[in-house]
Amino acid sequence: MTTETLIEVNDLNFSYGTRAILKGIQMTMPRGQVVAIMGGSGSGKTTLLKLIGGTIQPTSGYVKFAGEVVHELNRDALFKLRRKMGMLFQFGALFTDLSVFDNVAFQMREHTNLPESMIRDLVLMKLHAVGLRGAHHLMPNELSGGMARRVALARSIALDPMLIMYDEPFTGLDPISLSVIGNLIRRLTDALGMTSIVVTHDVQESLKIVDYVYFIADGVIAAEGTPKEVRESVAPFVHQFVHGEEDGPVPFHYPAQTYKKDLNLEDTFA
Amino acid sequence: MPRRIVSSIQNIGHRVIESTWRLGVASRFFILVLLKSGTSLRRFNLVIRELYFTGVLSLIIIVVSGLFVGMVLGLQGYETLQKYGSESAVGTLVALSLVRELGPVVAALLFASRAGSAITAEIGLMKATEQLAAMGMMAVDPIARVVAPRFWAGVISMPFLAAIFSVMGVFGGYLVTVVFIGVDEGSFWSQMQSAVDFRFDILNGFIKSCFFGVAITAIAVFEGYDAPPTAEGVSGATTRTVVTSSLVILGLDFILTAFMFRGVS
Amino acid sequence: MQRTTMDLWVGLFVIIGIAALMVLSLKVGNLNVYNPSQSYAITGNFENIGGLKVRAPVKGAGVVVGRVTDIQFSTQTYDAVVTMSLDSRFTFPKDTFASILTSGLLGEQYIGLAAGGDEVMLKDGDKVMKTNSAMVLEELIGRFLFDKAAENDSL
Repeated sequence: MTTETLIEVNDLNFSYGTRAILKGIQMTMPRGQVVAIMGGSGSGKTTLLKLIGGTIQPTSGYVKFAGEVVHELNRDALFKLRRKMGMLFQFGALFTDLSVFDNVAFQMREHTNLPESMIRDLVLMKLHAVGLRGAHHLMPNELSGGMARRVALARSIALDPMLIMYDEPFTGLDPISLSVIGNLIRRLTDALGMTSIVVTHDVQESLKIVDYVYFIADGVIAAEGTPKEVRESVAPFVHQFVHGEEDGPVPFHYPAQTYKKDLNLEDTFA
Repeated sequence: MPRRIVSSIQNIGHRVIESTWRLGVASRFFILVLLKSGTSLRRFNLVIRELYFTGVLSLIIIVVSGLFVGMVLGLQGYETLQKYGSESAVGTLVALSLVRELGPVVAALLFASRAGSAITAEIGLMKATEQLAAMGMMAVDPIARVVAPRFWAGVISMPFLAAIFSVMGVFGGYLVTVVFIGVDEGSFWSQMQSAVDFRFDILNGFIKSCFFGVAITAIAVFEGYDAPPTAEGVSGATTRTVVTSSLVILGLDFILTAFMFRGVS
Repeated sequence: MQRTTMDLWVGLFVIIGIAALMVLSLKVGNLNVYNPSQSYAITGNFENIGGLKVRAPVKGAGVVVGRVTDIQFSTQTYDAVVTMSLDSRFTFPKDTFASILTSGLLGEQYIGLAAGGDEVMLKDGDKVMKTNSAMVLEELIGRFLFDKAAENDSL
């Protein structure tokens, strides 16, 4: 396996006001791999994707993409960099006023001067890769959730990016669509030689397709490793997460005063 | 209760600061839209698409309302003027009130609730469904690609719609007073023509509607872009667009009228 | 595709809009009568202008031939100097009579020009010598009462 690094995250901190979201994140992501970032809801996974895409600025530390520090780039350079990235949003984020074809063609029309006949061929190729060539004339509101996400996937690979980020790609899908998307992520990564970052909390599905896993909890990397290591891990947090246990290092109860006190069963004067 | 008074004063102060803040953000956004308008002017197809939604689809409400407003003006004007035996001046009354005030103002109010709210809802929904973020990640600036074309389409449509409203109003007034009631057609038109001046009345009305167009669409695109990305956020922003732009239209109308007709009549 | 029909509608919209502006300018505003580029200005001194305002029409035999462009108070003669801009298609003799009249009982005031018989025509910057002031209601009533009183006296 090649170990050429595409993304390097070094001591990354981010906070909204005084609330720290990410604390000292350290990651390296090699080319051609599928990397999963897992963690509970609100643990800062999506924030990390936004930092890699340069839509928000880190408080300290940096993200390096293909040798360039993302937050130090000016607007034009950042836009240039983003052409090498694709992003699949949680519910696809297809442009509702454009047809499936025009959605996939969007970036080609915006960023290239390709003739319309060539765009047509390319769009049909991308749609074929996700199995929806026959749906090119549909509007986004005519698609099911899984189909919309496949179209969005075709759209994000339109310009053959080096990196695709998936924000919760498995949310709200039936088991069939779920494994279709999972296999597509793996297949496209291998076929196009890209790197994929999958942000998810769907443990079982993602462990089948990824090369490496990071667990984020409370803004720090709680654990990392290959799927095999993760499955066999005895670290309490990883164990709880992978096996979906109710209580553990991540408590079931939100911090509160004692139950007795809340129900006024305790004599407060005692 | 002094504590109550203090807290209500604090509340007022807080709201004043908050709205000043928002005004600042909105102004910065407005300038940003102007700076990034190059794309929509180079690719005019984008503006034409939006012209269809803001202009063409507002046409029916403008035409029908204009007709009825003119008919009511004609009827009311006739009732009053005939008491003084000058019912032939009804043409003047209808035309002047429409061209100077009602045309630009009522058309703008209708435009704000028809097209302004639609612009806000559309941009707000695009934001809520992450379409704007997706566009940004595709290295396409959503302000240049989504906001600016809608802004310019609104600015272009508004003066046309106001003029159409006025013409329909004059026609409505003509229909009621000349065709139904039987005011002399010749004096209806000639009195109107001698009283309405091109520069002072028509051009000023046109300028007013241009100002209204900029104000409404600027508010509409800002509210949409600024809307919290939730269902309530978007519906709240849509309401705010209609309320704010209606108030701004009326306030702006007073200021513009004071400027234009000061010392004239 | 939908594109072409949409373009057609937008084109139609723009045409209707421009047509509406044209109708307003030509039919409602009567742009063709008064064109500032082809006009000449004359002045007249009036003892009392009543309610005459800038932009009031100037009419010859009831036809609009121009507009009042300026009203000033003269501290030399203590009367009002009214500047009128007339369409250059209409020329008037030097001894034209300008009076401030009212259209209808409560209508707006305008300047009526009654042509004289002079061979020399008024040119740009000329002054109308013969003027007739506005009818002021109080004076009118005063004169009426005075006449009535005189009539009663004579009986």
